[in-house]
Amino acid sequence: MEAAVLTDRFPRTQVLASQDMPTYQVAGEDLVETVRFLRDAQGFDLLADLCGIDWKDRTPRFGVVIHLLSTTHREYVRLHVGAVNDTVPSVSSLHPGANWHEREAFDMFGIRFEGHPDPRRILMWDAYPYHPLRKEFPLAGIEVPLPAADVAEVTGQTVEPAPMMGGPFVSPGGKMSEGEPSALDQSWNEEKPKA
Amino acid sequence: MVKSDFGYNSKVEGEVIVTRADAVVNWVRSHSVWPMPMGLACCAIELMGAGGSRFDISRFGMEVMRFSPRQADCMIVAGTVTYKMAEVVRRIYDQMAEPKWVVAMGACASTGGMYRSYATLQGVDNIVPVDIYISGCPPRPEALLDGMMLLQEKIRQEGGSLKRTFRGRTVETKIVR
Repeated sequence: MEAAVLTDRFPRTQVLASQDMPTYQVAGEDLVETVRFLRDAQGFDLLADLCGIDWKDRTPRFGVVIHLLSTTHREYVRLHVGAVNDTVPSVSSLHPGANWHEREAFDMFGIRFEGHPDPRRILMWDAYPYHPLRKEFPLAGIEVPLPAADVAEVTGQTVEPAPMMGGPFVSPGGKMSEGEPSALDQSWNEEKPKA
Repeated sequence: MVKSDFGYNSKVEGEVIVTRADAVVNWVRSHSVWPMPMGLACCAIELMGAGGSRFDISRFGMEVMRFSPRQADCMIVAGTVTYKMAEVVRRIYDQMAEPKWVVAMGACASTGGMYRSYATLQGVDNIVPVDIYISGCPPRPEALLDGMMLLQEKIRQEGGSLKRTFRGRTVETKIVR
């Protein structure tokens, strides 16, 4: 598919630099029509992936990336949509497979998908207060109560930050030790960067 | 079996065996463990391997896997326990009838394993009392069988009460009838 096919039809669409596949910046208002056009007129009939991105410093901060595959032309296309006000239109009406992907992007980044039939979290429990893949969220986690109050009462357990260093499977000190099984190949490590 | 648990002298007593009630009860329990396979990750595949003909867990009287907690007395936690799943694990444990035991199979169930993250419970012993920890990622079926034989040993040494330690303190289980 030529880039002009898309940019002529949707003038707000821009071509983005990419190393592997044609990539377009799509306006949120055009997204559903773009995906419909790509599916019905251009043969991009399979939604290969849909995920969120936290750009941290950009405005809008969050984006959604959609990979579409044409099973007839054997081509990929990638669309990026900025999440203005953390909101992106849902494409799950066109590609049912987007349903769970959009729930995951909502769960991990807090991106809301307008028109989604079931906009709940999918991995974390419904009452979880954070969106774990946001840049400011620590990998270890933040202490919150367990999802079930009765279990929390019996066990006295909370969702606690995981120990990042010093555990039985983490080598002491700030960097990889020589004894780490995965570090037996020392052709590159923190001190010698990968060529 | 500890020899001193039984007294047998055919000349004096004929076909009579003298023993203690605890020893008999524990002997019966240890050879009829009904596991509840709490398969949560790849360890469950090794658990299935242990149940197959090559490793054959039934040699030790444990082949009666029960997917209903009400019919099982040993929960084998095989896999990564997420915080979302922790509630379910505890609830299933609560539904098991006494006496009951828990085996933490593999690194994840024992300590959280390699999952040092916001989503993973760092060891199932935070929510249920664990009797046996089995190392490995995942443990081979032989390791599971070894752990289960250790559990048999532990059962044989138990007293009559239902006291167990959980998080460093002794908990007495209330039996509700």
